Amino acid sequence: MQHFIDFFSFADPNVRYVVLGNVLLSASAAMVGAFILLQKKALVGDAVSHSVLPGICAAFLFSGSKNTALMLVGAFITGWLALVTIDYIAAKSKLKKDAAIGLVLSVFFGAGMVMMTYIQQSGNAAQSGLDHFIFGKAATLIGTDLVIFSVLAAVLLIAVGLFFKAFALVAFDRPYAEALGYPVRKLDLLLTSLTVLAVVTGITAVGVVLMAAMLVTPAAAARYWTDNIRRMVAIAVAFGVFAGLAGAYISYTAPAMPTGPWMVVVSSVIAFLSFFFAPKKGIVPKLYTQRKNQRIIAEENTLKMFYHLGEQNSHFNGGRDLTELTRTREVNETLLKTTLRRLVSRQLLETKGHQWALTDAGYRKAARVVRLHRLWELYLTQYMDIAADHVHDDAETIEHIITPELERELEHQLGYPERDPHDTEIPKI
Amino acid sequence: MIIHTQEPILEVHDLTVSYSRKPVLWGIDFTLPSGCIAGIVGPNGAGKSTLLKTIMGLIPPSSGFVKLFGHPLEEVRNRVSYVPQRESVDWDFPVSVLDVVLMGRYGKVGLLRNTGTRDRSIALDCLDKVGMSPFAKRQISQLSGGQQQRVFLARALAQEADIYFMDEPFAGVDAATEQAIIGLLREMAGTGKTIVVVHHDLQSARTYFDWIILLNMHLVAAGPTEQVFTEEMVQQAYGGRLSLLSQVGDVMEKRAFPSRES
Repeated sequence: MQHFIDFFSFADPNVRYVVLGNVLLSASAAMVGAFILLQKKALVGDAVSHSVLPGICAAFLFSGSKNTALMLVGAFITGWLALVTIDYIAAKSKLKKDAAIGLVLSVFFGAGMVMMTYIQQSGNAAQSGLDHFIFGKAATLIGTDLVIFSVLAAVLLIAVGLFFKAFALVAFDRPYAEALGYPVRKLDLLLTSLTVLAVVTGITAVGVVLMAAMLVTPAAAARYWTDNIRRMVAIAVAFGVFAGLAGAYISYTAPAMPTGPWMVVVSSVIAFLSFFFAPKKGIVPKLYTQRKNQRIIAEENTLKMFYHLGEQNSHFNGGRDLTELTRTREVNETLLKTTLRRLVSRQLLETKGHQWALTDAGYRKAARVVRLHRLWELYLTQYMDIAADHVHDDAETIEHIITPELERELEHQLGYPERDPHDTEIPKI
Repeated sequence: MIIHTQEPILEVHDLTVSYSRKPVLWGIDFTLPSGCIAGIVGPNGAGKSTLLKTIMGLIPPSSGFVKLFGHPLEEVRNRVSYVPQRESVDWDFPVSVLDVVLMGRYGKVGLLRNTGTRDRSIALDCLDKVGMSPFAKRQISQLSGGQQQRVFLARALAQEADIYFMDEPFAGVDAATEQAIIGLLREMAGTGKTIVVVHHDLQSARTYFDWIILLNMHLVAAGPTEQVFTEEMVQQAYGGRLSLLSQVGDVMEKRAFPSRES
């Protein structure tokens, strides 16, 4: 708890720097990342983040010191060069975009590693800590760096804000944007530059290798929560900020823990939770809906058993035992028992010793399901010319989903029929 | 058989278009009068969509030029509207129906400004015209094919242009939507708008269009439907006697030969 208070009071200037730096970089990365994701260029983000490494090394070789501003410039140049190269290869050669990305990523990163190894072997004392740029080290953030990052983040924020509409249009319908006279190529170039900028802001804290994750993961997670592009960008930024804060906090409480990798882990966890639990689109809510449907089907089928047995001797409210029920329809006995129990608790059935019987409400529900089944069978034979012996299986599904409005329409179109194609009576309620 | 019009609203002059050196359209040359519904008709691979895209400036021609209202496209862009093929976009994109229609206003508001309340009411109006106003708030992935096409049409209407280019607006839509769309196009033509439609159904072409551009890599015929849309012309376009043309194209691609000497 004490950690928590210490951390969030931001009394320690180091904490202030790290937190502010993290929040700025993850927010701007997430914002740009949303558009990269929507333009289906997620891999490009990965390529550019790897490609800034040779620029950083070149800047060091050039100046002989770890001057942040100079390194950012170097990083920006090679990152940008990599993107332009990818586009050029994809446009002018037989290679497709994925191959171009793979090629550029490995060539640039390889060159960067060669340069870094050379620098480390050169015995230059200033080089210690240069390797932090690979995986990042947030603790190395200092006040002057922060000024640079704030400026970069502000530039990103303003640029994305200004061109939001245009970026969205190009991502959705490129030919249309072109036909409207929008400078599509220039907008591409702008988004490319913003991507490189976003990566560059992150290299000190997160490092070049992991920066791609901070670009794409928050946006991918956000897509699960909304169908509105504005909200999606806002949620992505919120996720990014949370990951930045959490990363800083974790490495504060456990100093051995690296900030950047933890930011990535946190945003991955957010993405993971979104994939599974986001309402509607997540896997778990989808499974839940499926389960609910299965349950409805089991319940309605069980009620139908009682109705069918009732039809045989016109005694719909009579008690039935398990053997009698299982004779009418092939059914898993455990499932039948749980369904019976549920129906009793919903007062659609009542127990009579070892027997079950329909209540009045249960009878009405059962009759309705049978009725829908037979109406649908009739509809299939009359309107879709399907043979009477082929309609049963289809009706078995449709009977569970027809709404009262559809039911009325169905009845109306069929002229309020009395009997189904098998000449059994269609129950009225 | 090419019948020119005296006061053309669209002039396509000796247009040749190539994909990586391989010509797909050869010397296309025709004119359109204003206020007509014109159909670009031809077999698969005839270059119908390519012609439309070249007119819209999306593909640079190897030679020739296009003039709209007597001007190059750049000067009259805000009077020209384009409806791309429905399949060309990702319908899972996180925008609503109204958002898509509002894109039709983006040309008018410019690069940096946002759409305002007036644009919004125009967009809603256009949605109403295509019978989609109940769907304004709907996310676009929940639309049927016909509804998607109507949304695209509404977006084009929102541009308030004078000439409309539509790429296969009837492809994969239900009969009701097809009738609704053609009704709307006739209404637009009645108010003096010109509409150019890429179409591949010969049967309906005769009734839908009052001007026909019959295409099969080269221009077979262009002019008023009753004059040029004859059995003979259709035979020429669909007869497949032009395999030599595509063979020459293949050779040009293989040898990386330019379509003009200079």
